[in-house]
Amino acid sequence: MTSTASNPSAHAEAPRPSAPPAVVVRNVKKAFKLPHQQYHTLKERALHPFRKDTFDVLQAVDDVDFEIAEGEFFGIVGRNGSGKSTLLKCLAGIYDIDEGDLHVRGRLSPFIELGVGFNMDLTARDNVMINAIMLGLTRQQARERFDDIIAFAGLEDFLDLKLKNYSSGMTVRLAFSVAIQVDAEVILIDEVLAVGDAAFQQKCFDEFHRLKDAGRTILFVTHDMSSVERFCDRAVLLEKGRMIDLGEPAAIARRYHELNFGRTVHQLAEGDGEERFGDRSAEIVDAWFEDAAGARISELTHGKPCRVCMEARFHEPIEDPVFGFTLRNDVGATIFATSTDLSDVATGGFAAGETVVVRLAFDNVMTQSTYTVTPSIARAGLGADALDLRADLAKLVVHGGPWTGAVVNLPHTFAVQRA
Amino acid sequence: MSATTVEAKRHAPSAFGDDLRRFWNLTLMLAATDFKVRYFGSVLGYLWSLMRPLLFFGVLYTVFTQVFRFGKGIPHYPVYLLGSIVLWTFFIETTSGCVQCLLTREGLLRKMRFPRLVIPLAVALTALFNLGMNFVAVLAFALISGVELRWTWLELLPLAMLIASLAIGVGTLLSVLYVRFRDIQPIWEVVAQILFYGSPIIYVAAQYAAKGGERVEHVAVMLNPIATILTQVGHAFVDPSLPTAAAAAGGTARLLIPLAIIAAVFALGLWFFNREAPRIAENL
Repeated sequence: MTSTASNPSAHAEAPRPSAPPAVVVRNVKKAFKLPHQQYHTLKERALHPFRKDTFDVLQAVDDVDFEIAEGEFFGIVGRNGSGKSTLLKCLAGIYDIDEGDLHVRGRLSPFIELGVGFNMDLTARDNVMINAIMLGLTRQQARERFDDIIAFAGLEDFLDLKLKNYSSGMTVRLAFSVAIQVDAEVILIDEVLAVGDAAFQQKCFDEFHRLKDAGRTILFVTHDMSSVERFCDRAVLLEKGRMIDLGEPAAIARRYHELNFGRTVHQLAEGDGEERFGDRSAEIVDAWFEDAAGARISELTHGKPCRVCMEARFHEPIEDPVFGFTLRNDVGATIFATSTDLSDVATGGFAAGETVVVRLAFDNVMTQSTYTVTPSIARAGLGADALDLRADLAKLVVHGGPWTGAVVNLPHTFAVQRA
Repeated sequence: MSATTVEAKRHAPSAFGDDLRRFWNLTLMLAATDFKVRYFGSVLGYLWSLMRPLLFFGVLYTVFTQVFRFGKGIPHYPVYLLGSIVLWTFFIETTSGCVQCLLTREGLLRKMRFPRLVIPLAVALTALFNLGMNFVAVLAFALISGVELRWTWLELLPLAMLIASLAIGVGTLLSVLYVRFRDIQPIWEVVAQILFYGSPIIYVAAQYAAKGGERVEHVAVMLNPIATILTQVGHAFVDPSLPTAAAAAGGTARLLIPLAIIAAVFALGLWFFNREAPRIAENL
């Protein structure tokens, strides 16, 4: 083992020493030759017999090395062109590898590049049967699984429609449904969350939990760091075919964002190096998000009312303290900040030993991403001496809503009027 | 579930896979799918593929017996013509079908791990099925025409196996070559034309033998495996007065040449396919 992770955090290794690895990837290399001029016909070859074939070698996967324990939910992240899909195709046994060793224990079901090789001229019914058999079921087993597959995809009414008449979302749903319902021990999932509506995404999340509970080994490729942090036990970060980090999902997600945006994102509260200011004469004990009913939440659908809260304890009497909240998105940009002071809310006096819960209610106009809240308490007055500030203490994953690329989606109405 | 929990030693896609039963099931399924896709939506559906050799026969028969008075003196010439056309149709359906078969299955090849050889074999299987259906028509036609039922008809089975081996060998070879060189298709069209006229399909080996004697081109024609097979079919199935393959080739020992060609093409096709199989998906 020559190249393990460059930065294996102490708690990164999954605590499953006894379980034999389900997937072993040993120093795997895979290169593609990219000819400068593609010879596709014999004539071209005959006309230029002595022209040397010049080509670039693209090292798509370069010395990747890891093991995945049985039952592990393993993330593979990286930017476009980092070699994720090639690695997955090698794992799926679609591409041959140049060097190294690959072992997969048990049956493997791949869901790669949003498909499982459907034939567009056939009905959903035929395609499901073909794919289930291709994935290793017998005809009998395929028939037994059929209803589950269709039910999960939610396509009961379109069984006998040819796939070319399906919407792309429907096709992907069906493909994903086949891939996860064939009882494979190892499942490769490539970017399923990028498509499909919120309802289907939620279904996928539920399914991930179910597969995890069932002890399936899952390799999960995505650009969505919030789902990596949510589901993965460990993750690997690839860049230009090389493995640049392997470890705990939160750390990997951070490195991924660093790669993308070239700067450090504020660390989440779980980390050791928590950013904290203030003289602590009042202390923030906790912060959380909750829904309209008051239940604590870690995720929320776009558009729903919600509250962000903090609980604080006073160690000395304070008159009219200023409670503040700052919301940041996944790249660390502040998207909203407010305080009781700015909102002209009088807070009153507090005695030593008293605790308080402060709630800020708003409608969730934030778009799909991960958000953190930084609660703060400060003394009244212009100087605003910080009593306590805890950066990124709680986290919220927002899903659903239109994907506009913007940070927020404000409530709005259009008026189009001719002059 | 049959315990497919085998530790995959070599993980790359292969031509044959490691489970013969699964290999066969997949071939069968792909052939069935092919069938469905091809005949779904055309009114007469499957009938068309059965009609094609019959119509072709009708045209050739009319031209060569009514216009050129070609089959005169050949016993049961129409039966011979129909039989050879049906066998030729099988050969051409398999080989031409194989040329682009990997490309049309690109979706599967790029997303799934399965023995690659099932794709060209499914093409051959479909053609073989059609051959079986067509053979029923040939049988009926032969009996109506007064061809005698003889024990030598049993020779048809090994002869069909020979032409199937040849077709599979050529087909697998063409299918992987096409992945690298796209002009395999027009080249094969031309070669097939030459083969068609270079084999006793419209004519019968007896006529050629009468004219040719021991000339080089005669021997060359008679030693092409398709000619050998068709000639023997003529002798064993149509009429015993037609020459045997051995007689047409000018000696039993010479039959080793077409047999060796069939064996070599079959082996070469499978070997080459097996060699290329791990990289088909990325070269497509």
